[in-house]
Amino acid sequence: MVDATHGGMGTIPAAEVPDVELYHPHSWIEKYVFSQDAKYIAIQYSITALAIGLVALVLSWLIRLQLGFPGVFTFIDADHYYQFITMHGMIMVIYLLTALFLGGFGNYLIPLMIGARDMVFPFVNMLSYWVYLLAVLVLAASFFMPGGPTGAGWTLYPPQAILSGTPGQQWGIILMLISLIIFIIGFTMGGLNYVVTVLQARARGMTLMRMPLTVWGIFTATILALLAFPALLVANIMMLFDKLLGTSFFMPAIVELGQQMSYRGGSPILFQHLFWFFGHPEVYIVALPAFGIVSDLIATHARRNIFGYRMMVWAIVAIAALSFVVWAHHMYVSGMNPNFGFFFATTTLIIAIPTAIKVYNWILTLWRGNIHLNVPMLFALGFIVTFVNGGLSGLFLGNVVVDVPLSDTMFVVAHFHMVMGVAPIMVIFGAIYHWYPKITGRMMDEGLGKFHFWVTFLGAYLIYFPMHYLGLLGVPRRYHDLGTTDFIPPNVATLNEFITVMALIVGFAQMVFLYNLFTSVWKGKLAGGNPWRATTLEWQTPQTPPAHGNFGKDLPVVYRWAYDYSVPGAKEDFIPQNQPPSAATA
Amino acid sequence: MKTAIILVIVAVGSVLFHLLSPWWWTPIASNWAYIDHTISLTFWITGAVFVAVVLFMAYCIFRFHHTPDRQAAYEPENKKLEAWLTVATAIGVAAMLAPGLFVWGQFVTVPKGATELEIVGQQWQWSYRLPGKDGKLATTYTSLISPENPLGINPSDPAGRDDLVVEGGEVHLPLGKPVKMLLRSVDVLHDFYVPEFRAKMDIIPDMVTYFWITPTRTGTFDVLCAELCGVGHHIMRGKVVIDNETDYRAWLEQQKTFAELTTPIRKAEGETAPLPAAQ
Ligand code: HEM
Ligand SMILES: [Cu+2]
Ligand SMILES: [Cu+2]
Repeated sequence: MVDATHGGMGTIPAAEVPDVELYHPHSWIEKYVFSQDAKYIAIQYSITALAIGLVALVLSWLIRLQLGFPGVFTFIDADHYYQFITMHGMIMVIYLLTALFLGGFGNYLIPLMIGARDMVFPFVNMLSYWVYLLAVLVLAASFFMPGGPTGAGWTLYPPQAILSGTPGQQWGIILMLISLIIFIIGFTMGGLNYVVTVLQARARGMTLMRMPLTVWGIFTATILALLAFPALLVANIMMLFDKLLGTSFFMPAIVELGQQMSYRGGSPILFQHLFWFFGHPEVYIVALPAFGIVSDLIATHARRNIFGYRMMVWAIVAIAALSFVVWAHHMYVSGMNPNFGFFFATTTLIIAIPTAIKVYNWILTLWRGNIHLNVPMLFALGFIVTFVNGGLSGLFLGNVVVDVPLSDTMFVVAHFHMVMGVAPIMVIFGAIYHWYPKITGRMMDEGLGKFHFWVTFLGAYLIYFPMHYLGLLGVPRRYHDLGTTDFIPPNVATLNEFITVMALIVGFAQMVFLYNLFTSVWKGKLAGGNPWRATTLEWQTPQTPPAHGNFGKDLPVVYRWAYDYSVPGAKEDFIPQNQPPSAATA
Repeated sequence: MKTAIILVIVAVGSVLFHLLSPWWWTPIASNWAYIDHTISLTFWITGAVFVAVVLFMAYCIFRFHHTPDRQAAYEPENKKLEAWLTVATAIGVAAMLAPGLFVWGQFVTVPKGATELEIVGQQWQWSYRLPGKDGKLATTYTSLISPENPLGINPSDPAGRDDLVVEGGEVHLPLGKPVKMLLRSVDVLHDFYVPEFRAKMDIIPDMVTYFWITPTRTGTFDVLCAELCGVGHHIMRGKVVIDNETDYRAWLEQQKTFAELTTPIRKAEGETAPLPAAQ
């Protein structure tokens, strides 16, 4: 395995990669709209995800306004409040983060980083985007239907989700379920593509253990998603049957507001198992691409090989496997057999070990590095801080008995925002600043980027760190109004106001980011092909932005791993993966 | 340099906030002080790790930030260091998990002789039922629920006549006696949550869930619902009062039995009504 680090051509099997027959566009529409080029599809995915993500961001302000200043904004009544949190949560997790990491970064980076011309099934890849767009439109339509979108909470727990005590029970819940079903269909098309492309279309010499960690992260996350989404799919279909056909998959005998209903014998807990069998891996579907990308950001901008590459790969694989046996830690107080608690607490805390290894290796990469504190690196640092913070609060919630007082309080809200809200978003921003020059040929503005980073990082930390203590105090989550209680002191209202103000400030910083993102397309400094002096293949393309087919006439041949930074005796402080051994040393 | 200083402020500031801020758990009123201790222990271990990681990052940035003549070290891996860190992490994790599982063992083992209190959730209020003189709660069926019999008590079950029914109001519990809470819902999921008790559990329609506590101080405490149950979730409130023995007896005296609550006519009908099919 020594050649995982120092690649001699002799030691690797020469996998001949057949050139993909490319589908070249014949018209404007085929080039820009119904494009089959993964890079265009990536941009379509990203813009759609950011657009619907903006809706979720605005919803978060409305939620926060109600929590910070209850009673002041009278249009946010209880119905609206529950609709806002539900749509905010679902959009953020599925339609923004999942779509952006896999559909956006996956499409852009997988073919370029492994030295392929495109995804192996370009047509299905294109279809995947259009199906995703349809899912987004169906979801957005629910805002305009009678009764509005569903307010069942992003977990959609039955029986409540389909009964009349919950807002959006006429159309909202139906459209939500249908939209998710469409999303899963679209994702499956894309997902199969990513997996097959990584397995089949790598350039000569690109062994699995030479792949950049970005590809490892996205690849593993995609496999997770392909295995996890079916659980959500069946749960959604069954709930749709319960709602529309009167079946009783998840519905036991119930009296709704004084009326006996005709449901019999269904199991609400079964839905929760299916939901979290998907829902926990979902956390890692978002986290693993972030882990991979941040590893590459840190290595590149600290000019140092990622520390313990093989350990990093195995940690990704171990986390992925373990993530399928921890789901019921979301259900410690669900009323399931309490003896499950022993098992799931143990598996959950075991997952902390490979996760901790990843953190150690990131910070050990900084150690003895040559750290350039540019915008992508800053976001990577912000990721480590927020991820470690959120991961550690997970040790509270994972340890079954400690979860009992904290579950369903603001502690949980603080925890999951830190670990799967703020932390992955830090990586997304870092990645956008990092790859923007490849995508557009221009740099984003550094000053605005630093402003964006500091306000977002410090602001988000100030929102969520104190929020843990509200939960510890006992403030419940999903409360439209705290009302009066004996145990919540008046200073809680002050803290809530502060959090709301911070949330608005952080929101404003995102507008600065969007301004920078759009204006840099023409105003940014010209970047050249490899502005960060990085080793991976996407930076070695003959054109920037890369043309259709990515690599010109000949596909690259890979001679080394992705982390030859600051190799002793080399001419430069980086050696591209496609540089033959003889040319590397002086 | 600036970046390193800010990271130090983040680490130190978090610790100061933890120590000095006024927001902390409410004083406990049950036997689950163990849970509080486990939380404290977890705070210490995780806090130390957080501070160590962030300060180490700050140090790296301060010591290894880019200068024109700096060259990063080239060291792909260091097996010994990685193994050492893995073992240390495993020990830290075990130190939190072991006490956690130990206390969970107690949490799921209801002491013999615990008295029973049934808690019924419905959109959006709490009701309660206590066993009467016979010490037994009658069987219930969701299909029997009606305006006259809101808890669905089986009228043909002789154990039911003396069951005490408390609707919508506050419930009292005696100090120092273990109670097993039997949780039942007539419609959707709810969760019986009293912050001072530390314990809570979801309530599921057509099923009985449970948890147990021993109240350790007298007083009146808020009851909240902690599982989203529709638009009235946040107004589903109640009170639980922990009494000493005499106050508790006095309160019990005032409660109505199921037999008293149902009119004689209903009762006669109920006695001849056939039992619903077992569910
Ligand atoms: C600065 C940006 C954000 C702010 C200010 C914010 C704020 C909030 C607030 C106030 C709630 C409601 C908490 C409650 O239950 O009372 C919430 C819920 C939620 N948020 Fe965010 N959020 C932000 C970003 C994100 C991101 C990036 C994610 C992606 C993981 C996310 C995922 C969720 C989820 C899943 C819920 C739960 C919804 C539910 O209870 O059904 N949020 N957020
Ligand atoms: Cu989980
Ligand atoms: Cu509720």
